[in-house]
Amino acid sequence: MRVLVTGGSSLLARRTAEQLLARGDDITLLQRHAVAFDVAQVLGDVRDKAVVDRAVGSCDAVIHCAAKVGVVGSWSEYRSINVGGTENVVDAARRHGISRVVHVSTPSVAHEGTALVGVGATAAATGRRGAFYAESKALAEQLVCAVNSEVLPIVTIRPHLVWGPGDTQLVGRIVERARAGRLALVGDGCALIDSTYIDNAASALVAALDAAVPGARCNGRAYVIANGEPRPVAELIAGICHAAGVDVAPRHVPRPIALAVGSVIERAWAMLHIGAEPPLTRFLAEQLGTAHWFDPRPARDDLGWVPTVSVDDGLIELAAWFDSRSGRRST
Amino acid sequence: MPTAVELAQWGIDPTWSRTIAVVDATGVARQWHLLECGPTDPIATIVCVHGNPTWSYLWRSVLQRLGDRYRVVAVDQLGMGFSERTAPRDFAARVADLTAVFAALRIEGPVVTVGHDWGGPISLGWALAAGDRLAGVVLCNTGVAVPAGRRAPWLIRLAATGPVTDLVGRRTRAFVEGTLAFSRRRLDGPARAALRAPYRGAHDRPAIAEFVADVPFGPSHPSAAAVSAVAEGLRSLRTPALVLWGALDPVFGDDFAHDLASRIPHADVHRFSGAGHLSPAEHGSADVAGVIDAWLTDHVGRSAGDLAPLTHTASCTPIWAALAARAHDTTVAYADGRTGETVSFAELHERVTGIARGLAEQGVMPGDRVALLVPPSADLLAAVYGCWRAGAVTVIADRGLGVRGLGRAVRAARVDWVIGPARALAAARALRWAPGARFIAVGRAGSTAAETTLEALSRSQGAMPIEPDSSAPAAVLYTSGATGPAKGVRYRHGQLAAQRDALARTYAITSDDRLVAAFAPFALYGPALGITSTIPAVDVTHPGSLTANALAEAVEAVDASIVFASPAALANVVRTAPLTADSRLAHVRLVLSAGAPVPIATLRATAALCPSAEVHTPYGMTECLPVADIDLAALETVVACAAARGVCVGVPVAGSTVIVAPLGFDAQQPLLGEVVGVTGEVLVRAAWMSDGYDQIWRTQRDARPVDSEGLIWHRSGDVGHLDIDGRLWIEGRSVHVIHTDLGAVTPVPVEVAVEKYGGVVRSAAIGVGPVGCQQLVVVVEDPDSDDGLADATLTANLREIVARETGSRVAAVLRVCALPVDIRHNTKIDRTALATWGARVLAGDRARRPR
Repeated sequence: MRVLVTGGSSLLARRTAEQLLARGDDITLLQRHAVAFDVAQVLGDVRDKAVVDRAVGSCDAVIHCAAKVGVVGSWSEYRSINVGGTENVVDAARRHGISRVVHVSTPSVAHEGTALVGVGATAAATGRRGAFYAESKALAEQLVCAVNSEVLPIVTIRPHLVWGPGDTQLVGRIVERARAGRLALVGDGCALIDSTYIDNAASALVAALDAAVPGARCNGRAYVIANGEPRPVAELIAGICHAAGVDVAPRHVPRPIALAVGSVIERAWAMLHIGAEPPLTRFLAEQLGTAHWFDPRPARDDLGWVPTVSVDDGLIELAAWFDSRSGRRST
Repeated sequence: MPTAVELAQWGIDPTWSRTIAVVDATGVARQWHLLECGPTDPIATIVCVHGNPTWSYLWRSVLQRLGDRYRVVAVDQLGMGFSERTAPRDFAARVADLTAVFAALRIEGPVVTVGHDWGGPISLGWALAAGDRLAGVVLCNTGVAVPAGRRAPWLIRLAATGPVTDLVGRRTRAFVEGTLAFSRRRLDGPARAALRAPYRGAHDRPAIAEFVADVPFGPSHPSAAAVSAVAEGLRSLRTPALVLWGALDPVFGDDFAHDLASRIPHADVHRFSGAGHLSPAEHGSADVAGVIDAWLTDHVGRSAGDLAPLTHTASCTPIWAALAARAHDTTVAYADGRTGETVSFAELHERVTGIARGLAEQGVMPGDRVALLVPPSADLLAAVYGCWRAGAVTVIADRGLGVRGLGRAVRAARVDWVIGPARALAAARALRWAPGARFIAVGRAGSTAAETTLEALSRSQGAMPIEPDSSAPAAVLYTSGATGPAKGVRYRHGQLAAQRDALARTYAITSDDRLVAAFAPFALYGPALGITSTIPAVDVTHPGSLTANALAEAVEAVDASIVFASPAALANVVRTAPLTADSRLAHVRLVLSAGAPVPIATLRATAALCPSAEVHTPYGMTECLPVADIDLAALETVVACAAARGVCVGVPVAGSTVIVAPLGFDAQQPLLGEVVGVTGEVLVRAAWMSDGYDQIWRTQRDARPVDSEGLIWHRSGDVGHLDIDGRLWIEGRSVHVIHTDLGAVTPVPVEVAVEKYGGVVRSAAIGVGPVGCQQLVVVVEDPDSDDGLADATLTANLREIVARETGSRVAAVLRVCALPVDIRHNTKIDRTALATWGARVLAGDRARRPR
């Protein structure tokens, strides 16, 4: 199968492409700048219809990873990349008679603020104020859900808190702050948080690609993906810091304060047009201050997917990766 | 009339609602509003009659639940709900109205009537004249007569007082709002809105006042004769009957239910301990429709005569026989370690026979229920055996239930007599535990409430009452309430006698034995077994405070050969024991400990303390004891076994049978046992199994499944498995099973694994999250810690040990400084409370200690 993976510079796209390649699929990547990976690459922006059309036209199936994440940027940027880009991908897929699309989304499209305890993937909801990322991803999900059809099955995958070697979003930020001695835990660190080791997130996308045959139950549905091993957040963070070789003695910030501070920082960042991601966001404060774990059965039953790397094994991989990096640095 | 939109908002299918014109007895056509639903070929018709001041909405859940199989008709009485407002109608007219509307609706048999409040007597007025068509009668929070020995509910009396009636009933909304207020927290918003809707203006409400005015408080009232004819007619009712009761009803208290049950002795009773007057509408607190559904499945289309015959046990030696055999023996029958009081067999026997005569003389009838609020003492023994000999049913609720639990238990049992010290009687009177009951004081008659004293009774020279036979009811005992409100458990004489024989046989007890009951209620077995018994100097509400010295003193006092102690008591004995063996314990031949699993370390230490003793742990429950037994020696061989899963409670004792049924099996289907080694729910059967539960028909039905041979089993509520050698292993309570996405995880094997880790003495495995994808969480007890997350090392080690020993995955390890336990045994961990706490902590809420 010839598979187009968009957003090829992201860790998840890269790992997914590797897994597909390893089993014999042909891969094309679509991203703005060339990456050091020996596969076909189409360079360009997902907002550019012509580029997307050219990339999609050469393939049988698409895994759509490209997105603008984080909290820094204008609504028009988020909307044009996350909604417009997705529209370009599914339009092209329809035009070229592509056999299936896997759309990568996020659990935050359906939830906000409250503890999530063993829930399933409920429908994407729109109408948030301020949360540009979640809002734009929710609109994108609604879009692909409407496009899904007998001839073009689309499955949506919502990986929850992806981490692993090379991850800058979660691991990078935690380790950087821990090294600076500025790591703070929201609440008392008891909240059970599930997360997804990078290889598991990638294998879930591959499983979804394989499952999305015409008539399959998963078509037009969304699935939350995680390791299925919720851990107290303090333990998860300590595990990541330990893997990075950083001693961790986090401060505890009460949740209401963290939420307030996160909001203020986010707004300040936006007003000051600071290009980098802020240290604490309301989104992260919510994610790490209340329980976030999900019912693993829908993905197992409908996609035939189970995670293959446990949290503990993932942490060993992560530690090995940190070791190899520091080893390289020292030489 | 309500609009379709309003009906839908209240949860009523608008197509159920309609109006029909029916000519009444005076020849005038009246407009009736009613709710009706049902299939084309119903099993039967259910007619529902509401009371004052409600309307057919009250039966919403019955229509919803049963409408797919039964024709369900709920009418608004004339002047009420959305039916026509008419001139005042008295009781007889309302019965005639019902007859007319049912005729117009072509209600044909079989019919089941369901009535609430004053709809009860009105529905019965029709039912008693319905003849063969009547298939059953259901009554909810209603009354047909003011129970003997009390006055009419003061609220109704007040409301029925001349000008007040019109003021509260018609001119103001007081009666409607008052009725709703009593059930406020238990009614949802739509229910409150719907129940108010037909009574918004004074012109809507004349019938409310008229209804109140029609309640006959005296024989001269115009409706008195008609209502009393129904009340008396009820005694000849032969169809199945079901009494459903919200226990928190300030108008129709439990004594009204008692009065109904005494008029319909074959009635099934189910009491909702958390529901009030509007029980049919209090969906969160009372599943009225669900119980009716289950009950109709069992009963509809049968006459009362077709009901399953009650199981009788073979005639056997009476429970007091061993005491009678020692009637001339002046050796000590009972010694009290706290007071130093002793009583000989001869004295005890004389007191028992005296009390039996005295009770009969006082008017206690066979089958009368007697609450014994007497603390463990010679008085308690004498009173219990005296009651049994007189054929009375002892209601024994011990202090281990806590004062509130005790009150709830006595109130639910609806006793006719209360025996207790003056203070207990005063409390029982003040808290209305036993309305209408008569009181007998123990000790000095300090209470003016008491008619007589136990002492006076025991000197009675009256005629000896007839001996109750083995099938006569004997006792109501209470479960510990560790999992929900304490349940009353009914025993017959033959079952108690069989239990005595099973204990004697299992433990080779002869009249030469002498017993120390460190779990005080066990002292009651002394006279039945014909052995000396004593209780040590310990606060009976804190059995866990028993010291080694207090135990040794008690053993020495009667030269005891047998000790019975709860696991908590034994643990403290071991803790407080001297380093060298105590010679006073050298002659103990048998130590028994039951009530909860006993840690093997405690048993080993006990054996070291009592070197001549076999240490046994009987397994059983309030509903059936003993079921199985194991001694320390046997336990030592099985704990070494690698495949151990749970706690081994040994092989079934002679005469008892155990099977393991699949988890979550349907109690209404014939029972099938699981194969060896498979975890499931434990069911037991023995001649000494209790008769069943008291006043909770639904609970009883679920707890007593029948197998393909028609044998009745008791569902223990425990989960476990049988091994290849026939030994039973307990893995927890079925309500505490953790349902993960990979299957059921039973708590005890996890706890056993955790407690193998050095430093962890006690732990509990709980589940958080929705059933089907729960996460396993381990809570360890650590007196020196704050409540919250365990440290990283402990977490990692316990996770590893649990994975290795049980194959289960632990999400988190929490610490508490004290696990919540029950009062009676100080041992049973309240895993439900713990799980609620754990779920909050792990959701990211602030941790507050579980109670």
